[in-house]
Amino acid sequence: MNKFTEDDLKKELETKEYEYGFYTDIEADKFPIGLNEEVVIAISKKKNEPDWMTEWRLEAFRVWKEMEEPDWANVNYEKPKFQDISYYSAPIQKKQLDSLDQVDPELLKTFEKLGISIDEQKRLSNVAVDIVIDSVSVATTFKKTLNEKGILFMPISDAIQEHPELVKKYLGTIVPTSDNFYAALNSAVFSDGSFCYIPKGVTCPMELSTYFRINEGGTGQFERTLVIADEGSFVSYLEGCTAPARDENQLHAAVVELIALDDAEIKYSTVQNWYPGDAEGKGGVYNFVTKRGLCEKNAKISWTQVETGSAVTWKYPSCVLKGDNSVGEFYSIAVTNNYQQADTGTKMIHLGKNTKSTIISKGISAGHSQNSYRGLVHVGARAKNARNFSQCDSLLMGNLCGAHTFPYIEAKNKTAQIEHEATTSKIGEDQLFYCNQRGINTEKAIALIVNGFGKEVLNKLPMEFAVEAQKLLEISLEGSVG
Amino acid sequence: MELKEKLVSSFLAFENKGNLDLDSNVHSLRLKAIHNFEKEGFPTKKNEEWKYTSLKSILKKDLGLFPSTDKSIGFKDIKEYLINDIESYTLIFIDGVFNSFLSDTTHDNCDVCVLSSALTRPKYKMIVDNYFNTIAKENNSLAELNTAFTTEGAFINVPKNTIVQKPIQILNFSTGIEGEVMLQPRNLVVVGENSHVQIIERNQNLSKNTTLTNSVTEIFVHKRAIVDFYKIQDDTKDSSLIDSTFVSQKQQSVASVHTYSFGGKIIRNNLEFYHEGENITSNLNGISILNDKQHVDNHTLVNHKYPNCESHELYKGIYDDKSTGVFNGKVIVQQEAQKTNAFQQNNNILISDGATINSKPQLEIFADDVKCSHGCTIGQLDESALFYMQSRGIPKKEAKALLLFAFGNDVVEKIKIPQLKSNITKLIAKNLGVDLGFDL
Repeated sequence: MNKFTEDDLKKELETKEYEYGFYTDIEADKFPIGLNEEVVIAISKKKNEPDWMTEWRLEAFRVWKEMEEPDWANVNYEKPKFQDISYYSAPIQKKQLDSLDQVDPELLKTFEKLGISIDEQKRLSNVAVDIVIDSVSVATTFKKTLNEKGILFMPISDAIQEHPELVKKYLGTIVPTSDNFYAALNSAVFSDGSFCYIPKGVTCPMELSTYFRINEGGTGQFERTLVIADEGSFVSYLEGCTAPARDENQLHAAVVELIALDDAEIKYSTVQNWYPGDAEGKGGVYNFVTKRGLCEKNAKISWTQVETGSAVTWKYPSCVLKGDNSVGEFYSIAVTNNYQQADTGTKMIHLGKNTKSTIISKGISAGHSQNSYRGLVHVGARAKNARNFSQCDSLLMGNLCGAHTFPYIEAKNKTAQIEHEATTSKIGEDQLFYCNQRGINTEKAIALIVNGFGKEVLNKLPMEFAVEAQKLLEISLEGSVG
Repeated sequence: MELKEKLVSSFLAFENKGNLDLDSNVHSLRLKAIHNFEKEGFPTKKNEEWKYTSLKSILKKDLGLFPSTDKSIGFKDIKEYLINDIESYTLIFIDGVFNSFLSDTTHDNCDVCVLSSALTRPKYKMIVDNYFNTIAKENNSLAELNTAFTTEGAFINVPKNTIVQKPIQILNFSTGIEGEVMLQPRNLVVVGENSHVQIIERNQNLSKNTTLTNSVTEIFVHKRAIVDFYKIQDDTKDSSLIDSTFVSQKQQSVASVHTYSFGGKIIRNNLEFYHEGENITSNLNGISILNDKQHVDNHTLVNHKYPNCESHELYKGIYDDKSTGVFNGKVIVQQEAQKTNAFQQNNNILISDGATINSKPQLEIFADDVKCSHGCTIGQLDESALFYMQSRGIPKKEAKALLLFAFGNDVVEKIKIPQLKSNITKLIAKNLGVDLGFDL
């Protein structure tokens, strides 16, 4: 019989501890379903947040409890059951695959069409690759450059720890906790998100993107983004990804707040391609997002979005033009196919003098989908010489889909100049015939015409995004000809 | 007691008092309507359709529901509100009661008479059963309220292949001898195949007391018929009007409704077009010139259900002082309504800083082979044009009025009765505060 040595004991303890540790880990990382004050407090504790943050979340939760889910949007869906969701779980470890052969061939086909490199393909489909080390190093170089400029770019949970003064000052100022049902819910339970601060007079040397961000993991269903551009600074921020995101989460309720102080400029581009459900309209993501920006004097905020995914989209990126001479822009392409529903648009609130806003919205509907533009242009009584131009065009493909326009225009100042125009049309047979005649097949021709239709918006996207977005439009409309 | 309770509780008394036939279809319609109204109540700002218009200030007034009429009203009192230099049929109602002495009705070729006789006489039973309250929308609680208290109004029945030679003027006066009143006129217009009729409607308060008029008009336009309906709204600043007009059109018909809103405390126009055939044309024109604290809300709906139809909508607004204008135009193109042409335009000028315009031009399109567009502008007078005219000796006020008249002229141009056109032109001049003819 062997002696039970100290070494053995050590080994045994280690194993035991490991088992124990593993066990508690699960316990802590998966909350039971349902939402109540304890859950909110627990989320806050989990993130090791200061008291003011916990209090802020609780306040939001109390407001949320009193609210009713909005149903004014032109969308139909089965309402999520908010008490059946687990509001915190550590990022799900996806099974690592050994090679691309194991990846869903459909997905690979799409990657190929989008022109995504093999390495990136592997990364996106969760294949273990050596290249990861490279991408980390790439990220590190980026981080170094940003640090030199004094730019802060980090997960918002880190920002709460490291820069509480900034977060405390700006969080919830543009999208208050009581703003709407989903914003309140997000405020109460948000898990993580991005935080970005550009110091005075700094022009951010690169496009900031969640794509390159390290420590990205687990932004989850309730993402919170806060971008602050201090006086005279400039930043271009990209969000999302052209690659199809096969997320199993049914409900996404994100909040994005942009703050452009005097003379600052923020350009915020989004490409959204969440899972839209299958051809019969089963499954798919509900995308209920609140996005709003505040412009101080001479500041400018520009929203550009390409919306192709999600079963239901409910999203109105807005600008509050508070400062004199501030500018708000909104460029959007929303494509819906099959049974997708999109109710999207913008709000331009003119409060300061000489404020300007431009709205270009292009909706393309195919299949059985419903595509709505809903926008507000408000000119306050003190907003002298406010100027707005809105254009929303819809393209219908097939006679089973719908295109809707709900513009709200409110002017309280006599010097306001507002123009709004909207058209609805379909792809002309003569246009198609012209292309066919020159040897372009119908599918390609439609892609060509659609890209032309959306050109004004596509041109506003950063270069590399624009190329991918064009191809994305093509894929989204695949099979809608007939 | 709140107005809603007052209305509901006086309903029974109203039905018993009025010697109404309690076995008729109309009675059951009334009962249903009062129940619906009781359930819905008056719309509040929480209702999306009433987002920009609040009735609160009128509803808190103690309005008399069954005013006794002033018998002393003679032709001289109402002359200025009629278009006199034209031969016409006239239907004059004073405090909701038909005045046969002042009116000029007919039963030759077509029926231009009163709804109360149509509702009770067996001769008209079929028409009433077929048409009355068939398109007045059920979820419109104010139309329901009107249905519940329907007693009097114009009844116009034009048979097939008839051109009504003279325009028909419908005038509702309130005299306010008993203080604040609420009136609920109800009009029914049925125009047979290939027929043509022109109607001018006006509501006028003769006193300084508050009046609330809740009017409902149903218009049925049969195949190839043509109907022109003109609404003149130039009331006192204590008068409010809620007008709901429903138009149902059969194939190849042309219906035009023109709304001229120049005065009133709160004016709300619900105008709805329903298509029941192909190749229909619907025209909606409107001009609002407001000052003071007046409020006008134009709510329109064109529901395209069949292919090859057209709708043209043109609304212009000029807002001064603290006035408020609302435009909510909705065009629905159903899936079957291919080859629809729908145009909607809303242009507005704000003259003072206190004025507000809320515009909501909506399109809901379910068909792909359509041409639909809408445009909306808000702006002000061109300073350089104003300066140009002033530099040529035209005083500022007149120069401004000329420019504003030019802005609204394409709506005025659509009037097909010359006498009415000059009448409207005069009203525009009056409301712009100038003494100009404009017929240069």
